[in-house]
Amino acid sequence: MRKKDRQVPVFIINRLFQAIGVILVMSVLVFVGLYLIGDPTSMLVSPEATEIERQALRKALGLDQSIWVQYLTFLGNAVHGDFGRSFLTGQPALQLIVERMPATVELVVVAMTFSVVVGVPLGILAGLRPKAPSSKAIMTGSILGFSLPNFWIGLMLIMLFAVYLGILPASARGETVNVGPVALSILTLDGWRHLALPALTLGLAKAALIIRVTRAATREVLPMDYIKFARAKGLRPSRILNVHLLKNILIPIVTVAGLEFGQAIAFAVVTESVFSWPGMGKLLIDSIITLDRPVVVAYLVMMVFFLVILNLVIDILYMAIDPSAREKVRD
Amino acid sequence: MDVSSMQATAMTRQEPLLSIKGLKTHFATRAGVVKAVDGVDIELGRGEILGLVGESGSGKSITGFSILGLIDPPGRIVDGSIDYDGLDLVSMDEEARRRLRGNDIAMIFQDPSMTLNPVLRIDTQLIETVQAHAEVSTAEARQRARDALVQVGIPSPDERLKAYPYELSGGMRQRIAIAIALINKPKLIIADEPTTALDVSIQGQIIYEVKQLCRRTGTALIWITHDLAVVAGLADRISVMYAGRIVETGTTADVIERPLHPYTQGLIDSVPSHATRGHRLHQIKGMTPSLLNLPKGCAFRERCEKATPECLVAPEPTLLPGGKSVRCWNPAL
Repeated sequence: MRKKDRQVPVFIINRLFQAIGVILVMSVLVFVGLYLIGDPTSMLVSPEATEIERQALRKALGLDQSIWVQYLTFLGNAVHGDFGRSFLTGQPALQLIVERMPATVELVVVAMTFSVVVGVPLGILAGLRPKAPSSKAIMTGSILGFSLPNFWIGLMLIMLFAVYLGILPASARGETVNVGPVALSILTLDGWRHLALPALTLGLAKAALIIRVTRAATREVLPMDYIKFARAKGLRPSRILNVHLLKNILIPIVTVAGLEFGQAIAFAVVTESVFSWPGMGKLLIDSIITLDRPVVVAYLVMMVFFLVILNLVIDILYMAIDPSAREKVRD
Repeated sequence: MDVSSMQATAMTRQEPLLSIKGLKTHFATRAGVVKAVDGVDIELGRGEILGLVGESGSGKSITGFSILGLIDPPGRIVDGSIDYDGLDLVSMDEEARRRLRGNDIAMIFQDPSMTLNPVLRIDTQLIETVQAHAEVSTAEARQRARDALVQVGIPSPDERLKAYPYELSGGMRQRIAIAIALINKPKLIIADEPTTALDVSIQGQIIYEVKQLCRRTGTALIWITHDLAVVAGLADRISVMYAGRIVETGTTADVIERPLHPYTQGLIDSVPSHATRGHRLHQIKGMTPSLLNLPKGCAFRERCEKATPECLVAPEPTLLPGGKSVRCWNPAL
C-alpha cells in the first residue's frame, strides 16, 4: 500500500510539467496571433492623434520592440507572477481576471450541479427501459437540449420567465454577499433569482449531454455478468442500481462532466453575454475586441492551468472510483 | 456411490426439493421464437447432485436462469411449473423471488472474471449478500464473510477481504463466487459451468471442494456443464439436454455405462480414454441445429444413426425402472 501512495505525487508532478509545456506553446501562439491581427494602439488613441503621440504610446506599452523581445519580456515577468497591465485600463491583467472569476465559477458550478442532478437519473431511467415511451421522450428532449443554440434557449427563457411571467430578472448578478474578497450570489435569495435563468441556460445543454452519456453507459453495464450475479445474490433492486450500476457508470460521467465543467468555466461567453452576467467570459470577449493582449494572454494561461488541474482532479477521481486505475498509474 | 449420496438418492424418492415440469422458456426475437428450453422436467432431492449436461445452445444455462427467475426480455417462461420446496417459482412475485435468490437458491456463474463487480471490494460483495437477506450488523456479516472464505479454502482471508477482484487470480475469484453462493447456507446451488474458464488443475480442485461442501452442508447442486467427464465423478444423477429438451436422465452410473439415447452414446464415445488411445475419436455427425429452425420431430433425428421414420414425430419421455427416463423411439435397451 505504501508503495502506491508514494507513486501518486510523481504522476502529479509529471502533469504539472506537461502543463508548463502547454502554457509555453499556447502563449507563443496567442502572442503571435494577436500581433498579426492588428495594432492595439489604434483602438486606444483618438482618431485625431498624431503619429508622434501613437509612437509615444507604443513605446510606453513596449510595443515598439520586436515580437520576440516583447514575448521574452512577458515571459520573464510572468515567471514572477506579473502578467502585465491591461492596455485599456492600466489595471494588472491578473487582478481583472480574478475579480471576475467568482461570478463565472458560481454560475458554472450551479449549472453543472443542475445538469448532473437532472442528467444522471434521467439517463439511467432511459438506459434501464430503452423502449419505454418515457425513455423516448427523454432522448428526444436531450436532442433538443444540445442541438438548440445556447443563446436561443437563453432568449426563450428570458421571454418566458422575465417578459411574460415576470417572475425572474433577466440580467446581472443581483444581491451578493462578500465572503472574504469573494462576492457570491448564491448566499442571497435575490442572487439565486438572478442566477436561475443563466444557470438553466448553461445547464440544459450540459444535462442533455450527460443524459446521453449516462444512458449509453447504463446500457453497456446492464448486460454485464456482475449485474446478473448481483441479482442472483438476491440484492434489492435499489442496491443494484445505486451501487453496482452507478459505481460502474461513474467513470464516463465524471469524464464528460469534468470536461464540460472546464469548457464552461473557460468559455461561458455566450450565456454571460445574453444575461449580462459579469463573468470572465465577457471580459475575454471585450479584451479580444480591443486587442488587449495582456488580458487575453493572462486569461488563457490561467485557463490552461485550470484545465490541467481539472484533468488532474478527474484522474484522481478515476482512482477513487475504479480500483484498477490505481494500478495503471503505477505502471 | 458413497453413503451420503445413497441417502440423498433415497430421499429424492420421498419429497423432491425442486420439481420442474414441462418448463418452456422462449425468446421472441426478430428472426422468430427461439425455443431455448422446450419442455424440461427435472426432479431433485434434498442434498442431491444433478449433472445437467449438454452442448452450448442446448438450453442448460437458460434452465438454470429460469429457476432463479433471471430470464430477461425478450425471454419468457411461457409454460410449465417450477416447484421449489412447496413454492411455485413461476407465479411468485418478484420480491418473494428476490428473497429466495442468494438465500435459498444460489448460483455460481461461468466466468469468474466477469461475475464479481470490478469496482467493489470483496468484503463489500460478501457482506451485501448477507445483509440482503438478514438483519445483521456489518461486523457480524463481515465475520460470516470471513468464515465463508475460510470454508472455500482461501488462504489469508483477512487480506483477501480487502482486495479488489482485479488483484486476484481466476481460480481465487471463482472460490470467492462460491463463497458468496454458500454464505447464506442455501438449500440449492445452481453452478453454471463454473470451471470451464479455469486451468485444468484448479478445475479438479474446485469440483472436489464443491462436492465436499455440498455433502457436508446437505446442499443440493445442479452442475451445468458441456463436459460429461466433469460430472462423472461429481453427480448422483445426470440429465442430458439436447436442443431445449432433456433426452435422458438416470443415475450417473447408468447414464455413463449404459446410455440409452443415441446422443448420450455419441457424447460418451467422444470422450478420450485409455481404450481409445491410438484410434480416431468418435464424432457425432452434423452440427447442432439452430433453435430457430429445428428439424421436425426428434431434434436429433438428422444426426442420429438410428433414426427411423417414426422419429418424424417427437418422442415423449419414457419412464423406466430405476428412475431412468429417455426421449427416444429407438433407445439402446
